[in-house]
Amino acid sequence: MSPMKTRRSSKHFSPVAAVLRPERQLHQIGATVLRLAKERGVPETEVHVDESIYALTRFANNAIHQHVAEQGLVVSVRTVVDGRTARVTTNRVDENALRAAIDDCLSLASNQPKDPQLLPMSGKQKYRVVHRFQPATAALTAEERARAVKGACQLAEKHSQMAAGIFSSGQSQSVLVNSRGLTAAYRQANATFSITMQQGSAASWAKANSGDVRQFDPLELAKVASDKAARAESPAELEPGKYTVILEPAAVLDLVGFLFYDFAATAVADKRSCFSGRVGKALLGKNITIADDVYDPHQLGAPFDGEGVPRQRVVLVDRGIVKSLVYSRCSAKQAHTKPTGHGFALPNEYGEAPMNLVVGGGKTSIEEMIASTDRGLLVTRLWYIREVDPYEKIMTGMTRDGLFRIEKGKIVGAARNFRFNQSVLEMLRNVESLGPAQRATGEEAFEMVVPPMKVRNFNFSEVTKF
Amino acid sequence: MWDFCGHSLEVARLRGAPYADVRVMHLRQRDLTTKSGRVGTLGQNESIGLGIRVVANGAWGFASTDQLTREGVAACAAQAVAIARSSALAKKENVQLVPEGTYVDSWQGPCLKDPFEIPLETQLELLLAADAAMRKVKGVTLSETDMQFRKIDTWFASSSGSKIHQRRFLSGCGIVATSFQGEAIQKRSYPNSFGGQHVLGGYELIESMELLHHAPRVGEEAVALHSAAQCPEKTGTLILGGSQLGLQIHESIGHPIELDRVLGQEANFAGTSFLTLDKLHNLRYASPIVNVVADARIAHGAGLGSFAYDDEGVPAQRIDVIKDGEFTGYLSSRETAHLVGLPRSGGTMRTESWNRLPMIRMTNVSILPGSWTLDNLIADTDDGIFMDTNRSWSIDDRRYQFQFSTEIAWEIKGGKRSRMLKNPSYSGITTEFWNSCDAITNAHNWVLWGTPNCGKGQPMQVMGTGHGASPARFRNVKIGMAFSNQ
Repeated sequence: MSPMKTRRSSKHFSPVAAVLRPERQLHQIGATVLRLAKERGVPETEVHVDESIYALTRFANNAIHQHVAEQGLVVSVRTVVDGRTARVTTNRVDENALRAAIDDCLSLASNQPKDPQLLPMSGKQKYRVVHRFQPATAALTAEERARAVKGACQLAEKHSQMAAGIFSSGQSQSVLVNSRGLTAAYRQANATFSITMQQGSAASWAKANSGDVRQFDPLELAKVASDKAARAESPAELEPGKYTVILEPAAVLDLVGFLFYDFAATAVADKRSCFSGRVGKALLGKNITIADDVYDPHQLGAPFDGEGVPRQRVVLVDRGIVKSLVYSRCSAKQAHTKPTGHGFALPNEYGEAPMNLVVGGGKTSIEEMIASTDRGLLVTRLWYIREVDPYEKIMTGMTRDGLFRIEKGKIVGAARNFRFNQSVLEMLRNVESLGPAQRATGEEAFEMVVPPMKVRNFNFSEVTKF
Repeated sequence: MWDFCGHSLEVARLRGAPYADVRVMHLRQRDLTTKSGRVGTLGQNESIGLGIRVVANGAWGFASTDQLTREGVAACAAQAVAIARSSALAKKENVQLVPEGTYVDSWQGPCLKDPFEIPLETQLELLLAADAAMRKVKGVTLSETDMQFRKIDTWFASSSGSKIHQRRFLSGCGIVATSFQGEAIQKRSYPNSFGGQHVLGGYELIESMELLHHAPRVGEEAVALHSAAQCPEKTGTLILGGSQLGLQIHESIGHPIELDRVLGQEANFAGTSFLTLDKLHNLRYASPIVNVVADARIAHGAGLGSFAYDDEGVPAQRIDVIKDGEFTGYLSSRETAHLVGLPRSGGTMRTESWNRLPMIRMTNVSILPGSWTLDNLIADTDDGIFMDTNRSWSIDDRRYQFQFSTEIAWEIKGGKRSRMLKNPSYSGITTEFWNSCDAITNAHNWVLWGTPNCGKGQPMQVMGTGHGASPARFRNVKIGMAFSNQ
C-alpha cells in the first residue's frame, strides 16, 4: 500500500497532536506509590501506570458526524499482605489519592481468605526491545484525519455511494514496577481506517490497522470498498447448505480469534476450553500452524505480561497438533512448567491468554483460490459471531458487506447474506489452501496475523433478506 | 464541579461555539468474583474527568480530560472547538437541535443499602458459600460467582443554562455452574447468564436474589443437561422465559428503533436497521397483543435504563414503540428528532463515561405484561418447548435474521412441562417472529431485567439497558437450527 497523502498543515484551527508525558514521569508516579506503600509497611506492592491519547474521526452519509479526542492516565495498585491481594485503580495521581488507593487496596485484601496459590511478586526481568512508537502516527491531527475522510466521502459521492467509517489514531505508554525491583516500560502508536461503502441496498467494507499510519492509504481502502459495493448489488438468494468458501483475512481473524482463550492453561485446567483433554492430539489440519508471537513484525503489544514476565513465542498448534498452551506464573506452577509471559494482571480468575496469535500462511493468492473454485462463495467479513457450543467450538454469525458467488473460477455476482453455524475446529480441518499471512483487523477479535483461507464444507444454515 | 463545567462552557463560547454541553463524571466501581472456591477478581476502580461537546462552524467536536483544573478544562474546551472546526471540513449541513427546556435539578436514584458500605467480608462470604454449594453437586467441574457495584455521579451543564446533578447506584450479581463430561460442556446460570441480574439500586438487590438458595439447583441442572435429550430440529411452538425474552427485545426491537442506526450513522460498525423512516406508523411489527415501550422514568422500575435526565439534559420519558402490534416510535436525540417530525427529543442520549460522547441508547425497552398466568399458558400448550436463560445471541446488521440459543429447555406435552432438553436454539425473521406471539404472561411474572453489556459506537461504549419482560408464547418458530448439519 502507498503512504497516505493527506498530510497538510493549517494555520487556522488544527492544534498539534497531543503528546505523551516523558516516561520518567510515569516512573516517578510508580516510585511514589512504592514509597507510600513502604511507609504503610506493605510487604509487596505492584504499580501499573498507563497513559493513553486517542482520537477518532467518525463519518457517515458522506460527512463527519462524530469527532472525539481523549487523554488519560490511570494508576493501578496491587498490594500483597500475608497471602492476600487486591487491586485498586484510580486516575487521580496526587499523593493523597495514591495513599487512599493503597489504603483501599489493603482494606479489600484483608477481608478475604488467604490464597495458598498466590506467589511472591516477580523480581527484576530482562526484556527484548521492541520499537513500536511511530512518531508519524502519534503526530496525526484532527484536521489531517478530517481531510482524509473528506477524500473518501468525495469518492463515494462520485460513485453515488454513501461512505461511513472511522479514522482513528492513538498513542499509549505503560510502566510497571514492583517492590521487588521489577521495572518494565512500553509505548506504542496505532492508527485505524475503516470504511463501509453503501450503494443502494448493497454495501462493502475495507479496514486497515497499523502502528505506522503510512502503511495504509485511506483513499485506496475507500476504492476497494467502493468497487466491491458496486459488485454487491442485486444479490441472488441461494439455498442454505455446505459451501466452499474463500475467507478474506478479516473473516478468518474474526472466527479463529475466538480460539484465543482456549489456549490458556487455566481454561484447560478449568475444563472450559475446547482443548481440554485434547492437548497433544491432531485436532486440526496438517496445514494449520498457530503461534503466539508478540515479536512478529506485524504485531503490536508490550514484550511483558500483566505481572511483568517477558513474553515468549509459543507454538500452540504445530501442523495440526495442539502442542502447547500459554501459562501465567500461577498456572505454570500448578502445571510444573515455566510461565510463558501471557498472564493477566492479578488478581483475576482467567489466568492468561495468547494476545498475539500468528496463523501460518501459504502461497495461494485470493485470485488463485477463486480461479480454482468451481462453485463457492467469497466472504468479505463476518458479523455478530457468538459461541453455540464451547467444546466443538461451534460458532454462529452472519456474513456481511460483500458475499460473492463464484462459479467456474470466476466471481459471477453477489449473494444474500447467510447465517452460519460452523465448528471452528472442523473448519481448520477443512482448509484447502492458504494465502500469505498478514496483519488483519475486523470487529469481533483483536488484531492478529492470519492468512486468507479456502475452506470446504462451510455450513450456512439460514439466509436473511438482503 | 460546577466551576469546571462553567469555565469550560465559557471557553467554548469565547472560542466561537454557539452551543456546548459538558459532563463531569465521577465513577466508582467494585468487582468481586470467585471461582471454584477461590477469590478471583477483587478490585475497585475510580475515574473522574470532564468531557465537553461543542458545535462550531456547524459541526460537532468532543474532547475530554482528566486534568480537573481551570487550565486543564479550558484546554479541553479549546480542543473540542478546534476539532469541531476540522469536522466542518467534511460536513453536509449544519447541526440542528430541536428545542429543549432549561433545567436546574439534582436527583438520586433508588438505593436502600449503599453497596460500598456493606462489609466486603459479607459480600465475599455470600459468594464463596454459593460457590461451594454449586461445587457440592457431583459432576460440577467449575463454579463461578460475581458481584458488581457502581456509583456514578454526573454533573451536566449546557450553554443553554441547564445544571443537573444525578447520582446512580448500579448493582448486579450472578452464579454459574459448569459441567464437563465426555465430549461436552454444559452450563447453568442464575438469575441470568453473562453476569446475572443488574438493576438501578443497592445491595438490596443482592439480598433479594437468594443466591445460596438457588446454587444447588443450578449445579444439578448443569450436570443433568448431559443426560438430557438433544433439542429437536423442527418448526413449532416456543415459550420463552422472561430473561431470554428480554434479550430478544433488546436485539430485535431495541436496536432497530435507534434513530442513529436508521439514519446510517452506525453503518460501519453496529449496522443499520430494517426500520426505515417509511415504516413509522406503517408496519405491523407484532401481533396485536404486543405492546412495547421505551421508558426511562423511575415509574417504570429501577432498571439499568432508568434516570431523571439523559446526557443531553432531556428529561426521562416513556415512548410507545409498538402499540397493539403497530410500530409507533423510534429512540431519538435532539439532533435526530426533527427528522421523524418530533418536536422534542425522546431523551435517549447516554454516555458510558466522561471520556465518551453521548449517543442514542436504549433506556428500558420493555414488553408490557399480558393476562396469562404461566401455569395457564403451559396448560394451554399441547406441544411446545420452553427455553430459558441465554447461551448465545446473534442477529444480522439490519436486525432481520436472528438466532438465539439458551442454556436449558423443557418439552411441553399435553399442557405439562416434561423432559429436559439440551442445546436448545431458535431462529427467525424479526417481524415474522413478533407477529407469531399469541400469549404473554401477566405482571406477576414480569421482571425488569438488566443487560449490562450492550456495546455500540466507535470508540466502543458499553452501556446498561433495561428490559421488562414476562414469559410469552410464539407459534411456528424454527427450532434447533444451531446444531443442524453438525
